Amino acid sequence: MTLLGLLERAPSHGYDLKRDYDAYFGRGRQLPFGQVYSTLGRLARDGMVAGGDAEPGEGPDRKTYSITDAGRAEVDAWLADPVEPEPHLQTILFAKVTLALMLGKPAADYLDRQRSSHIRRMQELTRLRRDGALVDVLLADHALFHLEADLRWIDLTSARLTELAAVVNSEGAPKQ
Amino acid sequence: MNGPVVTRAHLVEARNVAKSFGQTEALRGASVAVGQGEILAVMGPSGSGKSTLLHCLAGIFTPDRGEVWFDGGRLDALSEAERTKLRRTAFGFVFQFGQLVPELTAADNVALPLLLNRVRRRAAYKTADAWLDRLGIGDKGANRTGELSGGEAQRVAVARALALGPKVIFADEPTGSLDSLTGEKVMDMLTGLAREAGSTVVIVTHDARVAAHADRVVMVRDGLVSGDLGAIGEQVSVAKAAR
Repeated sequence: MTLLGLLERAPSHGYDLKRDYDAYFGRGRQLPFGQVYSTLGRLARDGMVAGGDAEPGEGPDRKTYSITDAGRAEVDAWLADPVEPEPHLQTILFAKVTLALMLGKPAADYLDRQRSSHIRRMQELTRLRRDGALVDVLLADHALFHLEADLRWIDLTSARLTELAAVVNSEGAPKQ
Repeated sequence: MNGPVVTRAHLVEARNVAKSFGQTEALRGASVAVGQGEILAVMGPSGSGKSTLLHCLAGIFTPDRGEVWFDGGRLDALSEAERTKLRRTAFGFVFQFGQLVPELTAADNVALPLLLNRVRRRAAYKTADAWLDRLGIGDKGANRTGELSGGEAQRVAVARALALGPKVIFADEPTGSLDSLTGEKVMDMLTGLAREAGSTVVIVTHDARVAAHADRVVMVRDGLVSGDLGAIGEQVSVAKAAR
């Protein structure tokens, strides 16, 4: 979905997509070329992207891929849908926020929805721990502390959206 | 009290409340309604206006604009003397630092509002002792509150707030000065006993773990109340919730 979101900025070659993905979202783990092209093939099969004719020249693939209307709708739906609240989801949230800012979409609204989703899960867990056995209380506490950490990240990111948007949109890809 | 009758299901309500301090607009048309027996958490970053909203709902501050309703009547239209009486008889308060009288014993502190409400001395101290017992500090009744730990002192504050049988308890960062475990215990006691008594509770906090004790959570930002963040939904298993 992140690759599809990157294509919404402008049509792109597979190589450029991989380069941008690695720069923004890779964090030291590069996306294999094979995965990029298999993903693009699957997205093309599902009507989310359209692949142009291959251009002459060096390199593994000179085909330009463009996002379709169906692909745009898919990206919009993905961005707007809160992630299932669970520990360790920062990577997905980070990708959503960064992409939303790149695409000029309402990142603050997405973060608000995520905050609501987290709070609801924390209420459920708090209710469970009220009457639960000690083992359940400890398990619920573990989840509560992780969700709380996520929420702090959400709050901090919400407060920094303007600053982040400037970085994402003006200064090019961060150094790897 | 004149004006339209507030929906009976709402015990406390702020309607488009604005409040400034000098040039600073703390509230800019905040609206929130709290149901009878409901536990509401008001979250928001520092300086968002959440404590000012609580003080307006409790009749401590008078709004510059807008209305505050309590139990079917305009709270903001009452005289200072009438509001003081209401705060003494119908409201309980728990603040971050307890605001107990350190020179008095725990039992004195809990009995004091009862005595001010002309409850007889023997009955007031009997009630105070019973509430201290329920909060697990029955053996601390004779201790000066200045000698108690933070958690014990906050339990005294909860006992004092509940002893009057208030219709509404207002809590402003009630666990702000406590460690995590003690804070959890105080919140369990405050919300558990308030639910038993059917009291409405309004909790102001920046802490999501405290807010998660509430039935409903709203957010205050830039002096306005945004939509509900969370209302208790379907039951989930610990396994699913802790995934």
